[in-house]
Amino acid sequence: MKNALLFYGVYNRKGVSMDIFIQQVINGLSLGSIYALIALGYTMVYGIIKLINFAHGEIYMIGAYIGFFAITSMGLGFIPALIIAMIGCAILGMAIEKIAYKPLRKSTRIAVLITAIGVSLFLQYTTVFFLRPEPRIFPKILTDGRFNIFGLKAYITYQQLTIFIVTILLVVLLQYIVHFTKTGKAMRAVAFDKDAATLMGINTNNIISITFAIGSALAGAAGVMVGVYYSAINPLMGIMPGLKAFVAAVLGGIGIIPGAFTGGMIMGVIEAMVSGYGNSLYRDAVAFLILIIILIFKPTGLFGKSEREKV
Amino acid sequence: MKINKQLVFNLSLAFLLFFVIHFLMSNRIISAYYQLNIYLLFINIIMATSLNLVNGFLGQLHLGHAGFMAVGAYVSAAMTTKMDLPFLPAVITGSIAAGIVGLLIGYPIFRSGRLGGDYLAIATLGFGEIVRIIFVNTQYVGGASGLSGIPRYTNWPILFFLTVATVLLIRNFINSSHGRAVLSIREDEIAAETMGINLTKYKLMAFSIAAFFAGLAGTLYAHYFFIISPNTFNFLKSVDYLVMAVLGGLGSITGSIIAASGLTIISALLQDFGALRMVAYSMILVIIMIFRPSGLMGTKEFKLSFLEEKERR
Amino acid sequence: MKILEINKLVKLFGGLAAVSKFDFYINQGELVGLIGPNGAGKTTAFNLITGVYTPTSGSINFLDESIVGLKPFVINQKGMARTFQNIRLFKDLTVLDNVRIAYHSHVKYSVFSSFFRTKAYYEEEKEVKKKAIEFLKIFRMDDKKDELARNLPYGQQRRLEIARALAAQPKLLLLDEPAAGMNPQETHDLMELIAFIRKEFDLTILLIEHDMSLVMGVCERIYVLDHGVLIANGTPEEIRGNPKVIEAYLGEES
Repeated sequence: MKNALLFYGVYNRKGVSMDIFIQQVINGLSLGSIYALIALGYTMVYGIIKLINFAHGEIYMIGAYIGFFAITSMGLGFIPALIIAMIGCAILGMAIEKIAYKPLRKSTRIAVLITAIGVSLFLQYTTVFFLRPEPRIFPKILTDGRFNIFGLKAYITYQQLTIFIVTILLVVLLQYIVHFTKTGKAMRAVAFDKDAATLMGINTNNIISITFAIGSALAGAAGVMVGVYYSAINPLMGIMPGLKAFVAAVLGGIGIIPGAFTGGMIMGVIEAMVSGYGNSLYRDAVAFLILIIILIFKPTGLFGKSEREKV
Repeated sequence: MKINKQLVFNLSLAFLLFFVIHFLMSNRIISAYYQLNIYLLFINIIMATSLNLVNGFLGQLHLGHAGFMAVGAYVSAAMTTKMDLPFLPAVITGSIAAGIVGLLIGYPIFRSGRLGGDYLAIATLGFGEIVRIIFVNTQYVGGASGLSGIPRYTNWPILFFLTVATVLLIRNFINSSHGRAVLSIREDEIAAETMGINLTKYKLMAFSIAAFFAGLAGTLYAHYFFIISPNTFNFLKSVDYLVMAVLGGLGSITGSIIAASGLTIISALLQDFGALRMVAYSMILVIIMIFRPSGLMGTKEFKLSFLEEKERR
Repeated sequence: MKILEINKLVKLFGGLAAVSKFDFYINQGELVGLIGPNGAGKTTAFNLITGVYTPTSGSINFLDESIVGLKPFVINQKGMARTFQNIRLFKDLTVLDNVRIAYHSHVKYSVFSSFFRTKAYYEEEKEVKKKAIEFLKIFRMDDKKDELARNLPYGQQRRLEIARALAAQPKLLLLDEPAAGMNPQETHDLMELIAFIRKEFDLTILLIEHDMSLVMGVCERIYVLDHGVLIANGTPEEIRGNPKVIEAYLGEES
């Protein structure tokens, strides 16, 4: 995974001082914000159709490429590029659902999962084919600079600050949509009981589409911000963050929106700590260790309640 | 013991094939390149058939089969190359090691019920990646550059015999009470459990048997190709086997054999078309699942109708 | 002798009581009915007894032994088998395999035997097949043994599910709305069949039914649930005249 190196690299000094600890927390939270945004999409889609959407990591990758072209070819700034990437990914997400997943609504679980893996590989390798496998350098559109924190030798960069602000705005917006709009109510109803929701006159197909759109838009935003943060993107960049974000969603309790956000943040911080204090080579392994630990001790995740299966 | 005509026919056909290929190889009528691909084809048959045990017969998505192959390959290669041990104990230890790793990975996943089944795909994918990272960081077996100078112990008769044995053993397992327990889980977990099937036990059993045979394939692979490296057994390798199992039909052993052979031959003929090959593979996965979710063979086995046994009561 | 005894059984789903303070017993050899309007908690009671759900509180004793917290497969192996309201057959397996799977707990040969087809494998497989076909004969389905379960007509799927449950050789058989979706003739045949297997296999049967009149004819005792609460129990005559029962059923229709 070439991108794994790009994904880190910064601040890998070893030490035990408070400064470095705080610095790792900040780095972890920036990374965690990215995971959180991706994890939200996973958790929403799983909540509504019980599908692990493997292609979600690739939507994030496409988001980064849309952002890249919006900036380089169209000469747009950060915010317009972010919005265009979000819209593009929302459309892509809905299209994937309509073309690949919808025909399989009544199929076995494994059939849908295999389709999801297929879509994921398809997006990776069509991108490799058309846009070349080599990484591209993401243009610098935010000025470099950093703030000093609490007089410590720990810093928060402009990029990191942007990531925090955008993530928080998006999460607040998402919570508003889910809890205070009619669409949001319908989404929760479909997630709770699809058949009952259909009987109540909710157009489940539309709600599923909207869920994919919202989840994909969040992943698209994450893609652009990663481009800005790590300044390089490539067609396979979605694999690892995608998997880790899924683990983050499981950690928080799959299907639970605040859970995905918290899980993403925790994942980010743990990873920053492992690469900061331990061996950065094992950074990717940590995510899966966490998954196994959750499965042993609390399969429903931090926020999860044991669910009732209809028999 | 009653004589199964179909089995006798299949085995005769297999041995005919064995001697024909043996003749062609020993007289160098087949070029070295095609010989290599024939070896690969048989190793792929072991991989696809054993993967089908989990994906097709148990009905759970396993995405890290190459990881178990790596365990078998590395353990056996370390034994023959580093410890100068003979081939047979290395093959047995390598396969068992992969089976045990399967048990260790499978236990926490399958113990946690239906949710665990959903996460198997992610966990096995992650497992494949962890195995790769561990071997990259293990200098004893060559680290990232891999282990080389492995003796070429795998020869045609050994490979052929073990491939046929694998297929027969998996077929026997499926057609037994234990195998039917595995099938019932695929069909309906809740019904299976209320009919006395221990879900955790049989999921774990199918998964670790599959891991064992992947380990076996790994040992054979390592001792044919001289050199193994962590990247030999990456995620894309697991995808190859997945495509074989899916294309042949989830739940059909003969389907797996046909698809493994077909895809190996196609890859050999079209050698290097990198990204396009993956585009084609990914489209195969999606299109088959949408239009013919049962694959080429479905759950059926390839049989010649004139050999069908008349049912005796 | 009480084969199954339940005391103060409670199941809450997020604060909502699906079953509350449920007391119940069934004697060896009895045929008991569990009735009640839709959503009364009958199927939840079945799921609690068979271990599919874990009770919030209360006790369940089967053959003088607590089975609370045991997994469904363990409970099955202790001698309990069930059918499902919404038929749960192994749809892509043959009729014969559906029945053979129920024998699994009684098959003794090892995994090693199944790999290498030892003598034990051949002997036991032959025996299992013979017994499975005998069961199918009772249900007049032996001619369908090689068909996939999904291709059977609805009525036969229901019968196959009972055959499968019976093949597990239970002491207590739980039938969840076995006559649902059947026409009067099919229902009549089914009830005769149930009476027959009960005698033949010395079974104790607990039957859920939505249709009260049907249960009145065959059951010795009846329990009535409404909104998770036991509102009556007794002989069919006692139930017939019970004002609470009438109210529960009338309330549903109004």
